[in-house]
Amino acid sequence: MGRTLIEKILLSHTEKKRLENFVYAKVDFCFGNDITAPLAVKIFKEAKFNSVFNPKKIAFVCDHFLPAKDIKSASNARMLKEFAKRFKVNFYDINKGGIEHVFLVEQGFIKPGNLIIGADSHTCTLGALGCAAFGVGSTDLAACMYEGRIWLKVPGTIKFIYKGKRNRWVKAKDLVLYTIGKIGVDGALYKVMEFHDKMVNKLSVEERFTICNMAVEAGAKTGIFEPDKKTLKYLEKFKKIKVNIEKLKSEKNAQYKDIVEIDVSKLTPQVALPFSPGNVKPVESLRNIKVNQVFIGSCTNGRLSDLREAAYILKGKRIKKGIRAILIPATPLVYREALERGIIKIFLDAGFVICPPNCGPCLGGHFGVLDKDEVALATTNRNFIGRMGHPESKVYLSSPLVAAASAIKGRIAHPREVL
Amino acid sequence: MIIKGRVYKFGDNINTDDIIAAKYLDSQDPDYLGKHCMENINSEFPKIVKKGDIIVAGKNFGCGSSREHAPLAIKGCRISVVIAKSFARIFYRNAINIGLPILVLEEADRIKSGDFLKVDLSQGKIFNLSKNEEYSCSPFSSFMEEIIKAGGLINWIKKGRKNEEI
Repeated sequence: MGRTLIEKILLSHTEKKRLENFVYAKVDFCFGNDITAPLAVKIFKEAKFNSVFNPKKIAFVCDHFLPAKDIKSASNARMLKEFAKRFKVNFYDINKGGIEHVFLVEQGFIKPGNLIIGADSHTCTLGALGCAAFGVGSTDLAACMYEGRIWLKVPGTIKFIYKGKRNRWVKAKDLVLYTIGKIGVDGALYKVMEFHDKMVNKLSVEERFTICNMAVEAGAKTGIFEPDKKTLKYLEKFKKIKVNIEKLKSEKNAQYKDIVEIDVSKLTPQVALPFSPGNVKPVESLRNIKVNQVFIGSCTNGRLSDLREAAYILKGKRIKKGIRAILIPATPLVYREALERGIIKIFLDAGFVICPPNCGPCLGGHFGVLDKDEVALATTNRNFIGRMGHPESKVYLSSPLVAAASAIKGRIAHPREVL
Repeated sequence: MIIKGRVYKFGDNINTDDIIAAKYLDSQDPDYLGKHCMENINSEFPKIVKKGDIIVAGKNFGCGSSREHAPLAIKGCRISVVIAKSFARIFYRNAINIGLPILVLEEADRIKSGDFLKVDLSQGKIFNLSKNEEYSCSPFSSFMEEIIKAGGLINWIKKGRKNEEI
């Protein structure tokens, strides 16, 4: 019986010759943010651990409540900074940082074939590079910082094959929303979603991030793409790397729990309605939904290509009077590149406000929290009750193209309506 | 260990934003978190829940974020055990790691709000005293059993792990 890519990576991180139900695997890199890491630090201290397995392989990235939104957030960031100084682990806040799942890639910490542990559920994003990246909680992170190991149940894998030719308005976000709508929010529970791109017009590496990012929204343990030349080219933009990707593929006779083929030819842009990322409909059916706020950003859609696409729609236009539109580039580097390419100016001219790199209003913490009865369209990943603020507010999820078009119209709109 | 308590019933896909909203995540104090547990979907819950009460839910309990603040909030309002048809994976491992008792029960639909349960955690048996019914839960693997018996992941590491399975 052949092995899937995830099985190969797990096996290469243990001393065992074959995989059984559980592994206590060696970790190549682990990280937490300003919500999960303070709890991990507290647990680490209470356990009286007094060393870390390798300070170079640990990072804290403050991105949720940053710049500090109140005294508690400030003191959490300080707690992390002091711990980082004592144990010499990597620490990033406002001067050099950004959204963890984007920033850590730019810093060259994440390589194909790695086993990555992040105390954030969207750690699965990094599977786009062909690594085994698992989201965990704070106790796991504390234990991992100490031992450099993590307990994992060996997961089954579902293979997803996208084929056909995409309509020009259909992006990665539409594919992943459609997929979650099809299999449900627990459709891949405990399993790995292994994605294969057999489409005529292929996904960019940044689109692969968007797809893997939302694997957790289908209950998956993680998402993964087999790494290829495109992956290496993308990574080399940031740092020279040496990785042999030849063996980082699922074997031909690998065992899958299921194989799901999705023909994208007839897909149109998709929107997830409140209050579930699995409550998905085509954008055409939602044209009467008015919005108070549009947000473009997050670990799902805050990268340069996302900004570029939105700017393509926004160029020379203004957002609807009376609505709020927020852009948050995922990292300072994304911000700088967007600035140098004139993208930021297009957003400003259109009437967007631009916030510093962070998670923004995605989780209702900061920079654009919703009031009672307000409606937002966001390029984020979750639209649960109260996710972006008041329990009686609503969030719709879409691609940056749909978000930009909707900002212009003041209601949910198909991109072709504004061109 | 035997637990007795009254049931609060929740539906499918209860997410971690339902369990504890993000605005409270700047705290790591279980008592504080417990005071806001489930308030987005039931504002009365944190006020009326009593020590020893039991949460019973449908499938995919705890989906969404990795926030360990969610099981901590449940612990903070003194819930004795969470029983669900299935759990989201990060919530599941967080609960095991911090020693919050959880049980997977296919027949969770048979239990209603207000039912009084007697739960034998080590045997994975649930007695519904209100309905005079008995249910058997899916057993834990020997590896997870070992973490649970140690009182959580940190103690398991400190005691020197010994499981053959991993």
